[in-house]
Amino acid sequence: MRKAQGSWEKRILKSLNSMCTELSIPLARKRPVGEQKELLNKWNEMGTDEPVLDLSLFRPVYAPKDFLEVLINLRNPNYENGDSHSFRTHLGLIQVPLKVKDIPELKEFFVELGLTAGQLGVDDSTQVPPELFENEHVRIGQKVLSEQDSAAAQQYIRQGSPTALRAELWALILNISSQPEDILYYEQLKTNVIQHDLLVDSLIYKDVKLTASNDDYYFVFEDYLYQVLLCFSRDTSVLGHFAYSSASPPKSYIRGKLGLEEYAVFYPPNGVIPFHGFSMYVAPLCFLYHEPSKLYQIFREMYVRFFFRLHSISSHPSGIVSLCLLFETLLQTYLPQLFYHLREIGAQPLRISFKWMVRAFSGYLATDQLLLLWDRILGYNSLEILAVLAAAVFAFRAVNLMEVTSLAAAEAVLADLSTLKVMPLLQIFLFATVT
Amino acid sequence: MSVQTIRNVFSVETGYRLSDDQIVNHFPNHYELTRKDLMVKNIKRYRKELEKEGSPLAEKDESGKYLYLDFVPITYMLPADYNLFVEEFRKSPSSTWIMKPCGKAQGKGIFLINKLSQIKKWSRDSKTSSFMTQSTKEAYVISLYINNPLLIGGRKFDLRLYVLVSTYRPLRCYMYKLGFCRFCTVKYTPSTSELDNMFVHLTNVAIQKHGEDYNHIHGGKWAVNNLRLYLESTRGREVTGKLFDEIHWVIVQSLKAVAPVMNNDKHCFECYGYDIIIDDKLKPWLIEVNASPSLTSSTANDRILKYNLINDTLNIAVPNGEIPDCKWNKSPPKEVLGNYEILYDEELAQGDGADRELRSRPGQSLGPRGGRSRDSGRTVLTTWK
Repeated sequence: MRKAQGSWEKRILKSLNSMCTELSIPLARKRPVGEQKELLNKWNEMGTDEPVLDLSLFRPVYAPKDFLEVLINLRNPNYENGDSHSFRTHLGLIQVPLKVKDIPELKEFFVELGLTAGQLGVDDSTQVPPELFENEHVRIGQKVLSEQDSAAAQQYIRQGSPTALRAELWALILNISSQPEDILYYEQLKTNVIQHDLLVDSLIYKDVKLTASNDDYYFVFEDYLYQVLLCFSRDTSVLGHFAYSSASPPKSYIRGKLGLEEYAVFYPPNGVIPFHGFSMYVAPLCFLYHEPSKLYQIFREMYVRFFFRLHSISSHPSGIVSLCLLFETLLQTYLPQLFYHLREIGAQPLRISFKWMVRAFSGYLATDQLLLLWDRILGYNSLEILAVLAAAVFAFRAVNLMEVTSLAAAEAVLADLSTLKVMPLLQIFLFATVT
Repeated sequence: MSVQTIRNVFSVETGYRLSDDQIVNHFPNHYELTRKDLMVKNIKRYRKELEKEGSPLAEKDESGKYLYLDFVPITYMLPADYNLFVEEFRKSPSSTWIMKPCGKAQGKGIFLINKLSQIKKWSRDSKTSSFMTQSTKEAYVISLYINNPLLIGGRKFDLRLYVLVSTYRPLRCYMYKLGFCRFCTVKYTPSTSELDNMFVHLTNVAIQKHGEDYNHIHGGKWAVNNLRLYLESTRGREVTGKLFDEIHWVIVQSLKAVAPVMNNDKHCFECYGYDIIIDDKLKPWLIEVNASPSLTSSTANDRILKYNLINDTLNIAVPNGEIPDCKWNKSPPKEVLGNYEILYDEELAQGDGADRELRSRPGQSLGPRGGRSRDSGRTVLTTWK
């Protein structure tokens, strides 16, 4: 796994370097004072300020589908598949035999989502009187917050968070409190942005302009995204997460000193090269936090706890490889007809659901539903729910999918998830389907 | 029918008479609500009437401001109230005012002023007044500009809400759940140097779409549900609920204000476009009501919204897709409401004895309801009386 991650990183870095040479733009440069002043003035409206460079020259370093191709080709050299046409052949794209949970194990893991427990996202709908579940749940939430009990909050949020309490609950679970030193740290990062210009900045601009700026839910927060992401790429504290990640931060060398370790620096400073859609990790958070330094802290913590696993190759159960395998296994085991049919028409399900999982469904679900989903990610400290939801979506649209005859048609059936309600889908798939 | 045609249809000279199976989409004298000057006149009159009656609605606070009926910014007609305006202006000379032509739409002819000299030609005694025709076409209203709008992402926005009125007496109106916020493409600044930058101040799509940063995919439109989610998440449930309650209140009061003067022709229904601005204290202000809200679309989502709007409107106005009979009781069954929800039903409200507004929780769909007891479990009782 580490070897694969290593070679993937080499590829990304090569792509970044070649873009750099092609466009003759330095990876990093110090801004002239005039430019610094200008940027400081425009800090709050970078969305309307065209960056100096022509953005059309830039391509995103990679897109999720490129990453998928790499994952599909992962093979464990120590593993003998035996008879490749046996009944137990895995029909999906992922060919790495990692251990993933099956539905009985998932039911146990996600026991609080069961049909006998109340859920926000299900039991707060119009037809249900609030006395039945919602009022009490809100009351408990307020108690948890007043006790500032992080572990209790994590347990509590498995049943969903009331909208008004969510911002505080997430902060509590992620152990974020806005101390003066945090605000100072953010300001320091901001200064770094003002003083130096990085090539990745243009990648960030491009990404925001391509994704969040065109999104019906998130376009309003465009300027916040720049503020967060530009600071993020300069935040060396993010390097800390590489200790528990299979990835390593890319290194770059001071001009003319290639290969000399003393002149190596991490590039970008936080070690994370943004890919197409990266800004969508931040966008939903803008609905909860409108104070830039707090928004920043929450995003950073979410990244180093969860999101980094979605774009690096590892064997971790919440890593993207495991999620893909979990998704495929669930589908193949519980909807074999559908899986087989889609495979036959050249529409491998993972090809469609991959992008949902890599983005943690941001930009695909309606925001209120997305937030309910991310509640559970925090509550269970696991991203497995993304794979379960992906399978649940396929199950939900199975009837239509059985009738399609091409990948394009299958994509069309699954193109619009904005009307889906995630909790009922998850409940039906996990607890109410006859297996 | 356009407002032009309606004028003809109902004009005394043409002698048209609508037959029983003809329903039209405007009230004959809708301009009582939809012309900026008449709307303000009617609301002022309504407030005075309530005050005379001693109604608790007309209660004022210590500074003389209406507690419950102060939802229109201070407005004067020009040139008629010029002197009154000058008096008010002098009380706070650093304030900004907005000049709007009474009969125009789409932001045409609107400008901001902060000096009396900028509107000299509307002064009654001015030498130029003899050149001005006193016809209503040249009339302007001038209102105190709300220079502290609620900003999201640093930008000003207003709310466009669709309200369907099927009858004024008894008042029966419906609110479309899928209203939207219209955002400016440029960051808001109250700075006087940007007073003539319409991209900062006017949210009309007709204006914003000429801006450099106009985006054709979302068109600067943000669903009201998003606004609700954002406010609840960042400000809490109570203040958000209160804001939306107040918005509904403002709309109903404005309709009640014109109800007595409206020609409640049984052939008529009307779908209004309400423009509301929220200030940074989360107080909603009624800016204006449009009789012919734009039904063209600026984006793909917009097209779907407007299509559904028209569909739902017609389902309520002319139910069952049958040939209409204008004598029907105008009480459509709940199933046909679509994305509308009942905003206020005077008959039902009076029948209850208590002044209750039948609303489901905003933002959620109205399913077919069980008995009344189920309703009361879910209805948000207003804090109105």
